[in-house]
Amino acid sequence: MEHPVTTDLVRWIVLLPLLGAAINFLFGATLQKRFGKRVISFLGCGAVLAAFAIALYTLFAMLALAPDRRFMLDDLWRWFDVGGLKLDIAFWLDPLSIVMVLIITGVGGLIHIYSTDYMHDDASYWRFFGWLNLFTFAMLVLVLGDNLWLMFVGWEGVGLCSFALIGFWYTDLVNTNAGNKAFIVNRIGDLAFVVAIYALFAGLGAVGHPTLVIREVARYAPALAGARGYLGLPMVTFVTLMLFLGATGKSAQIPLHVWLPDAMAGPTPVSALIHAATMVTAGVYMVARLNFLYSMAPATMLVVATVGALTAFLAATVGVTQTDIKRVLAYSTISQLGYMFVGVGVGAYAAGVFHLMTHAFFKACLFLGAGSVIHALGGEQDMRKMGALRHKMPLTFVTFFAATLAICGVPPFAGFMSKDEIIWRAYAHGHFVIWALLWAGAGVTAFYMFRQVYMTFFGDFRGTPEQDHHVHEAPSAMAFVLVALAILSTVGGFAMLPGFIAPFAPFERFLDPVFNSDATRQVFASGLHDRSLETLFAGLSLLAVAAGWLLADLTYRQGVLSAARMSEFAGGVFYRLSFGKYRIDEFYRAAFLAPYLKLANAAAWFDGHIIDGVVNFAASMTVVGAWLAGLFDSYIVDGLVNFTSKATLAAGGRLRRLQTGSINGYLYGILAAVMVILLVRAIARV
Amino acid sequence: MVNGLTLNDFLILGLAVFLLGVYCVLTRRNAIGILMGIELILNAANINYIAFSFFGGGGANYDGQVFAIFVIMLAAAEAVIGLAIILAIYQNLRTIDVGAAETLSG
Repeated sequence: MEHPVTTDLVRWIVLLPLLGAAINFLFGATLQKRFGKRVISFLGCGAVLAAFAIALYTLFAMLALAPDRRFMLDDLWRWFDVGGLKLDIAFWLDPLSIVMVLIITGVGGLIHIYSTDYMHDDASYWRFFGWLNLFTFAMLVLVLGDNLWLMFVGWEGVGLCSFALIGFWYTDLVNTNAGNKAFIVNRIGDLAFVVAIYALFAGLGAVGHPTLVIREVARYAPALAGARGYLGLPMVTFVTLMLFLGATGKSAQIPLHVWLPDAMAGPTPVSALIHAATMVTAGVYMVARLNFLYSMAPATMLVVATVGALTAFLAATVGVTQTDIKRVLAYSTISQLGYMFVGVGVGAYAAGVFHLMTHAFFKACLFLGAGSVIHALGGEQDMRKMGALRHKMPLTFVTFFAATLAICGVPPFAGFMSKDEIIWRAYAHGHFVIWALLWAGAGVTAFYMFRQVYMTFFGDFRGTPEQDHHVHEAPSAMAFVLVALAILSTVGGFAMLPGFIAPFAPFERFLDPVFNSDATRQVFASGLHDRSLETLFAGLSLLAVAAGWLLADLTYRQGVLSAARMSEFAGGVFYRLSFGKYRIDEFYRAAFLAPYLKLANAAAWFDGHIIDGVVNFAASMTVVGAWLAGLFDSYIVDGLVNFTSKATLAAGGRLRRLQTGSINGYLYGILAAVMVILLVRAIARV
Repeated sequence: MVNGLTLNDFLILGLAVFLLGVYCVLTRRNAIGILMGIELILNAANINYIAFSFFGGGGANYDGQVFAIFVIMLAAAEAVIGLAIILAIYQNLRTIDVGAAETLSG
């Protein structure tokens, strides 16, 4: 780790998407008009797929190295050198970041390809691909940045692209409002993130190592143990808590999760790429990246795991009653992100990152399948107006179903391998309540996912006859992507089998050099390692999944149970809570938005009456002053000027008589003058 | 003294010519007459230059005589311009009576 392999290949992974974005933004409109959308597709997808190819190449280059030497550094230039802080624009590639890079460019590339069909009728085709490329660039900067500030640049960059893409169809006020909400809620988290960076720098500076380069932070982090931070917390706890607050914003965890469901206003490929597969996992990535800090702060770990578990369960219960096909998936994403946070929160970093990867596969597949349905129904997103689509869209159905099995955690699909590991590790580290929440959440997940499948693909078609007539299977590019992602969702889990099935976990071993700080090792060792108990708990999880599936099957396919009757349970309290998303939006509106608006109104009143009053008074004073100055000007100054001119005119009128035109007269005048002069001189002489 | 003539005799001659010139200039209404009067005034000045040069400086001082030559040259130039003006007046007014040229009267 002391001597990373230096390379100048990694920069191209980052720069190619930037180049694609630059060309699309600067010349996209012209290219599209002159050569058609095919050129834009080629540019947009090409940039990301080329980056993916380079990433694959570097992966193999990395695999050729010894496991403990798998670090690559691509140092471009000195960024700034202020005080003791020296930062470079440098990209740091290690097993964790290469996994993220492959997800971003791989799944991202597939979604780019999907978009060529999905967005085909949009006039701003070039703008869409420009933003998509720019997002890929920002996400890669976030993942590859070798210091926390560069990471923060990417962190902000993905937020900006998310904002722009949620409001992509900006002529509709709902979309732009959703974009604003996402941006503003993220900003709250970002503030905490910045505070954490400053605190970390101050803390490391106090122990003599002022640095923000992540690998150096990792080396000097043990020196922070016992250092006092702020708000009465130890330094490490404060920093990690603040960073986690930043992560709740970006990764849509309670209490900052409210923006993600609204973000579904964006085009569906955007929902799949940014709001499911990549950007929202940035928080999980950040915790895993800084595992050496988190492992030193057990209190923060507990907060992370608790928030994750609460989010996982509560978001899942909200997903049960939503009727918008994309909103169900949005809550499912929030819930699954909760699982990831539990994973990293209990110290099972590899399991958290593994779930991040499998989630990227199956959630992208689910979103793109939903996009295919929406596309086929001409923009319809309400599941109550769908049904029976499996006959007309068999390919979409099969891929969607495979991804559903994956997310529910049915073996051997990818979700089983990753999610079950997290659930087990939650128990293994002694968090029984967290385990119970995750276990119940798994059952609820199975229920709402199969509810979605049955409402969308089974039963009778409930839309309009025109829609029924118009329904068609996904076009070729979309179909290709769906199949690719479904295959990944199916077999992706075999990279890391649960310990009780077989001791086969190359994924975990690959990531091991990243999670090798003393503190992290200690946390990992503190958990239970009991194969037979693990098997039992996997069985319990499957039981919950089976119960959820069965309930959904009885209710929405066979119709044995009545959903309406179920919603009346306990006087409809639970139904209303779930359907109303626990009234959190309303709570924020009343608790923060309303006082804020009042404050804004008061400020507006102050501005309108006090500030404007002062300004208006100053203005009227100026008017009076100007009036006085006007008087002075017209009577005194003008008077003088007019007097001069009148005097000159009068004198001229008299004097012009002298100009007689008679030459003799002039000559007499000259003679007389000469004689006068002589006379005067003569008298003066005497 | 030259042939019994002293400096005073020349100065009196110069004064006489000068006064004749002034009288001519003042009384003539004919422009050419006025011009001739001016010539007389200039030549009166010349007489004075020469006289002073001859009787005054002593030795080889010819300043006055050089000045006389300059004045003659000046008179020639002045006559050219004066006659050109008179010609222009004649062309416009069909007369050279200076009393007629009073359009600049205030």
